[in-house]
Amino acid sequence: MRSKELSVERQTGLWRCTDLRKGLCGLRHPWLVSAGYSCSGPFCATAVAVKTLPLQTASTDVTDRILNLPLQMPDFFRLSELFSLKDLFDARVHLGHKKGCRHRLMEPYLFGSRLDQDIIDLDQTVEHLQSALNFTAHIAYRGGVILFVSRRRQFGQLVEITAQDCGEYAHTRYWQGGLLTNAPIQYGSGVRLPDLIVFLSTLNNVFQQHVGVRDAAKMNIPTVGLVDSNCNPSLVTYPVPGNDDTPAAMELYCRLFKMTINRAKDKRRQMELLQGLSAAGLTPGS
Amino acid sequence: MAASSGRTVGSFLWKCGNFCFNFNTVSSNLTRQVLSRQLCVSAVFHRKNLAAAGPEKFSEEFIKKQVEEFNIGKRHLANMMGEDPETFTQGDIDRSIAYLFPSGLFDNKAKPLMKHPDEVFPKQRAVQWGADGRPFHFLFYTGKQSYYSLMHDTFTKALAVEKHQDRLRGKGLFTQDAKQISLVGSRWLLKEELEELLVETISDHDYARFIQLMERLLSLPYCSAEEDFVQRYRRQLEIQSSKQQVQPLQYDQHGVAYSTGDGRRKTATGTVLLRDSGSGSISINGTNYVHYFPVLQDREQLMFPLHFMGVLGRFDMQCSVSGGGHSSQAGALRLAISRAMLSFLSEGQVETMRQAGLLTPDPRIKERKKPGQEGARRKFTWKKR
Repeated sequence: MRSKELSVERQTGLWRCTDLRKGLCGLRHPWLVSAGYSCSGPFCATAVAVKTLPLQTASTDVTDRILNLPLQMPDFFRLSELFSLKDLFDARVHLGHKKGCRHRLMEPYLFGSRLDQDIIDLDQTVEHLQSALNFTAHIAYRGGVILFVSRRRQFGQLVEITAQDCGEYAHTRYWQGGLLTNAPIQYGSGVRLPDLIVFLSTLNNVFQQHVGVRDAAKMNIPTVGLVDSNCNPSLVTYPVPGNDDTPAAMELYCRLFKMTINRAKDKRRQMELLQGLSAAGLTPGS
Repeated sequence: MAASSGRTVGSFLWKCGNFCFNFNTVSSNLTRQVLSRQLCVSAVFHRKNLAAAGPEKFSEEFIKKQVEEFNIGKRHLANMMGEDPETFTQGDIDRSIAYLFPSGLFDNKAKPLMKHPDEVFPKQRAVQWGADGRPFHFLFYTGKQSYYSLMHDTFTKALAVEKHQDRLRGKGLFTQDAKQISLVGSRWLLKEELEELLVETISDHDYARFIQLMERLLSLPYCSAEEDFVQRYRRQLEIQSSKQQVQPLQYDQHGVAYSTGDGRRKTATGTVLLRDSGSGSISINGTNYVHYFPVLQDREQLMFPLHFMGVLGRFDMQCSVSGGGHSSQAGALRLAISRAMLSFLSEGQVETMRQAGLLTPDPRIKERKKPGQEGARRKFTWKKR
């Protein structure tokens, strides 16, 4: 049932998620279209036709209100209260790797370098983290399947516990080749793939990009990825430049994601109760 | 009674004649409907990727139906054999099936069998996700959820033990000689046993990692808190003793000490009753040993254990032997006499007998003839052209 809500969004090709995109300059992913704009150009040729919805009944009205209300506000879940720049600084999120490990595509996100160590620009990190958390919250609100991926053995246990606490899924083990691309054979037919993949480290144990990033891009699954100064941010939908090596930073991120997802799910339950009550009040039959 | 039972067996056999006995299962369906589906489980047993076999080859209702049919069939079988249906055990079922369907085949897996469906059908996984498509287990997307969940739990326990130790160190109550888990007489689960437990195939590497993690948990001084968890993954070893089991000496009504022993050689088996009366007479199957064994070599074989220990005239022997030829019968009796003598001897003497090879059963049997050869080793005459 819930997957239909997300698939309708995907079929139209419009990610209607956030007006925050307007604020972000230097759109890295022009193929992601913001709300309602008809697009031109080679990237979004399939995105124009909007499916007309069927006849509105009382129950679909309620469902539409539940689904559309959060999209009308920029920060519906008030996630900006969860963290501040100072919290990020205290958790040492701004510390990158040495100059020799720097990835070319991470240069826009770096503030500078001090004694050969790269410093990540926390102003940009705040914006990116805000939008990433907002997106995660919206996905969780719509009952999407969120998969946490990290191949760092130091933090594998932490990531698994985070996923368990939010009621979502984790994969901190060896990634078998066809997990996303060959899913019906691996798991059985009728399996539901994750609707969002959160990479708490985009590198694997041999410092190459995790296979999941490329596979998610192939399968049209949006990704939120924590990119350090030695990572490649190009295939990640919502990159969050930040440190992925320090335990303090990882604990901060896990706490933030857990709180976001729990907040979103609680909000959904609340909305359903409220709307259900109001619908029952309006129409005695339903 | 015989006629009626003959008829039921006949009808039963006619019905079961539809089944191909090459397959592993024969479900004794004695109700009116004949099971036309032929169940081939061999492919499922050897399949590596259980998920690729389909969501469920055997659904819940199917298994339940099989269990009901099995129970009804068991009662019918008990009635047929004239036993009480309430106390009809699996051993009785096996014996009855072996009686009703005598099979000349050698392989046990090829013979007809009737077992509870839980033993016959492999344990299958039910569908792993709910109506909305969300999987139940949080590690579902790893592919090996049970195994990784086990690793996760073990590691959590190890971390908890380490935290407990740190708290004790902080209070100053940490001691190295805390109570340890006793691992003597038990072994880790084998890879096959673990696979059976998890209902999942795991690789050798995974298994090695699991054992490594458990060993790490056991290396912590305060791991006794997790003893139950650890013991779940250990099995008791069977106690094997390398010493000879020496029977105690028995006394008959006249106070004469006696003991028995038995031995085998090739296809001959012999038993001997050794009496400490002091006359030195030997009777085999009722006749004197000189008449029974005209050949000197056989009589020497009989005497050798007594001669070796220097007790030639002490014992009285009553032997019985059957099977084989005269040489193997003599060898069987020699082993029987040596074993019977153990009760009369001390530890050191037992050891000398063992070293002399008197207590070792001779394992040599007739080697089978191979196809393409005239005998076991002899080849057909080689012709150059």
